[in-house]
Amino acid sequence: MNATTVVPQLVQILRTLVTTGYSTEHSISGVSDPFLQVQILRLLRILGQNHEESSETMNDLLAQVATNTDTSRNAGNAVLFETVLTIMDIRSATGLRVLAVNILGRFLLNSDKNIRYVALTSLLRMVQSDHSAVQRHRPTVVECLREVDASLSRRALELSLALVNSSNVRAMTQELQSFLESCSPDLRADCASGILLAAERFAPTKRWHIDTILRVLTTAGTHVRDDAVANLTQLIGGAQELHAYSVRRLYSALAEDISQQPLVQVAAWCIGEYGDLLLEGSCEETEPLQVEEEDVLALLEKVLQSHMSLPATRGYALTALMKLSTRLRGDNNRIRQVVSIYGSCLDMELQQRAVEYNTLFRKYDHMRAAILEKMPLVERGGTQDEEIKESKEAQLSEASLVPTEPQASELLDLLDLLDGTSGAAQPPPPLEPSPGDVLVHLLDLPCDLPSASPPPASIPNLRVFEREGLQLNLSFVRPPGTPALLLITITAINTSEADVIHFICQAAVPKSFQLQLQAPSGDTVPAHSGLPVTQLLRILNPNKAPLRLKLRLTYNHFGQSVQEIFEVNNLPMETWQ
Amino acid sequence: MQFMLLFSRQGKLRLQKWYVPLSDKEKKKITRELVQTVLARKPKMCSFLEWRDLKIVYKRYASLYFCCAIEDQDNELITLEIIHRYVELLDKYFGSVCELDIIFNFEKAYFILDEFLLGGEVQETSKKNVLKAIEQADLLQEKTENMYHSKSFMGCKKAY
Repeated sequence: MNATTVVPQLVQILRTLVTTGYSTEHSISGVSDPFLQVQILRLLRILGQNHEESSETMNDLLAQVATNTDTSRNAGNAVLFETVLTIMDIRSATGLRVLAVNILGRFLLNSDKNIRYVALTSLLRMVQSDHSAVQRHRPTVVECLREVDASLSRRALELSLALVNSSNVRAMTQELQSFLESCSPDLRADCASGILLAAERFAPTKRWHIDTILRVLTTAGTHVRDDAVANLTQLIGGAQELHAYSVRRLYSALAEDISQQPLVQVAAWCIGEYGDLLLEGSCEETEPLQVEEEDVLALLEKVLQSHMSLPATRGYALTALMKLSTRLRGDNNRIRQVVSIYGSCLDMELQQRAVEYNTLFRKYDHMRAAILEKMPLVERGGTQDEEIKESKEAQLSEASLVPTEPQASELLDLLDLLDGTSGAAQPPPPLEPSPGDVLVHLLDLPCDLPSASPPPASIPNLRVFEREGLQLNLSFVRPPGTPALLLITITAINTSEADVIHFICQAAVPKSFQLQLQAPSGDTVPAHSGLPVTQLLRILNPNKAPLRLKLRLTYNHFGQSVQEIFEVNNLPMETWQ
Repeated sequence: MQFMLLFSRQGKLRLQKWYVPLSDKEKKKITRELVQTVLARKPKMCSFLEWRDLKIVYKRYASLYFCCAIEDQDNELITLEIIHRYVELLDKYFGSVCELDIIFNFEKAYFILDEFLLGGEVQETSKKNVLKAIEQADLLQEKTENMYHSKSFMGCKKAY
């Protein structure tokens, strides 16, 4: 006895049961023996699951049962439901599947909650395979979002999220957002992340996308996932034409409410970046908003001091204040004050930042503008490895920031850009994988940056020269994307009493290598360990030959001119292997 | 079906039938959790809920909650019918059944359940047959009792 003989028999039994057999003791409210019907249908489901032939034999019967069963009472609905389940699981014809979906759609309109629940659950299962058929019932599903019963609205939410596609995304998001405002707290997180995901996949325009995220952040800000902040900042950064618009919207939202952390973080970042646009006064897309410098600073300070702000948020606000010091036209006393107050803050991260910014004000004021310029678009990928910057003239050396950041993750990533140069600048390690915390020394070049892979294995630095207080260090980087390339940064530090002037460094390598020497950061190495001079060497080693490097230094020190030629020994193997 | 529980509104267990092998401790734990969850439901909510990896179907009749745990592939609506059929059987047997009947005649309730369900599945779909079987069992019981009380047993009685 196998499936092929059993199935026709079962079909026959069920057919007689449905059409003719009627006995009062076996039936429930007009449906003859629903228990038996359900069991037979279940058995047919198991038999027909991967079996073409049996499925075909059952097709007519299933259609017959589906159409003939009386659905006024629960018994009939139970049989119908089992039929739908069977149709879903066997290899049925498309017409039959559409019939099943329609039955479920009818269930959705039933006044009985149980039946609606069951219909929503089954539709969720079917949405993958019969998407278009389920789409037709979208309005009814959306209606179910308004249910009071929590389990029902949860199912409706899952189904609605599965039904969003590019054509209905605007309407659906509208519905989902009104749901978000009124739903119970445990559903909020799911709803918020669902909306954000749908917006990401199907956003028709950037502006709509930004608007949607903004609205979600204002209504359910505390429930969104952490990377929503990063996504939004990246999105805004990429939409150049919308900078003014976004910063205004965010400013007004922030002015109203500073309790929702993700919103505050994004707003702080935006104000920092595009503060000048905020103050300009007019933007066609929002109502004219007259904002004074003092207001902006006051708002950021309020965020900094509020007990509702997380440490991360405070970090954002502090950095934003710093950036504003270059964007705003007024004097910077207020900002300097705030920054110096936080120099003794108990929070390590804030203190570190404040101290660095203080130093920036005091000793490196000439570099402040360059460091705090606008950020380029950072590629999505979300890790700290994406600090990518480039410079034409001076490079900010890591050494100047090393004393104040013991934990800085130093990554040198190579960019093959117009000038083909890249420097390294170390920000304090960001708390979140967001570009907002990066102090970047860069040019305003629109660049498409390749997302970097994990940091290359670090090669130890090498001290190659020391004479009367002048020290020369080499640091090496092998960017993982280009195996033949080696970047050497020569750093010259002067610990003596007198400046080293007219400092020139030249390098020579064997013939098989290609050498490119960048312009140095300066030609004076100031005394007392002042700002070191750095120079970048690019060496191409396609043959992976052992590296040999000769350096020639000429400079003036203590009134004497010095010339030194030497070969660099003890080059680590990783530099050329 | 994995198990069926009957409990009152105060959370007292009146009947429990388990169709899966579990230790006593686990049964107690499950019962406690489930009773709490079901009693916490508001009156207008739907009769199904998800609990652990099972589906729970419950229905309230007067002061008793009838609660069944079914597996993922089972049909919830037919489980509601099963519960209803069981209540009808009890009703027919006891004549307008109430909670007290089940408390004082719990063994009969179990007998009826066992005639109706076997291993978690419906084994007899005819109401008449189930009740007939119970009737016959009752008759047999009476006959045996009469036998013990009849004169032919007088001899044995003396030995008491």
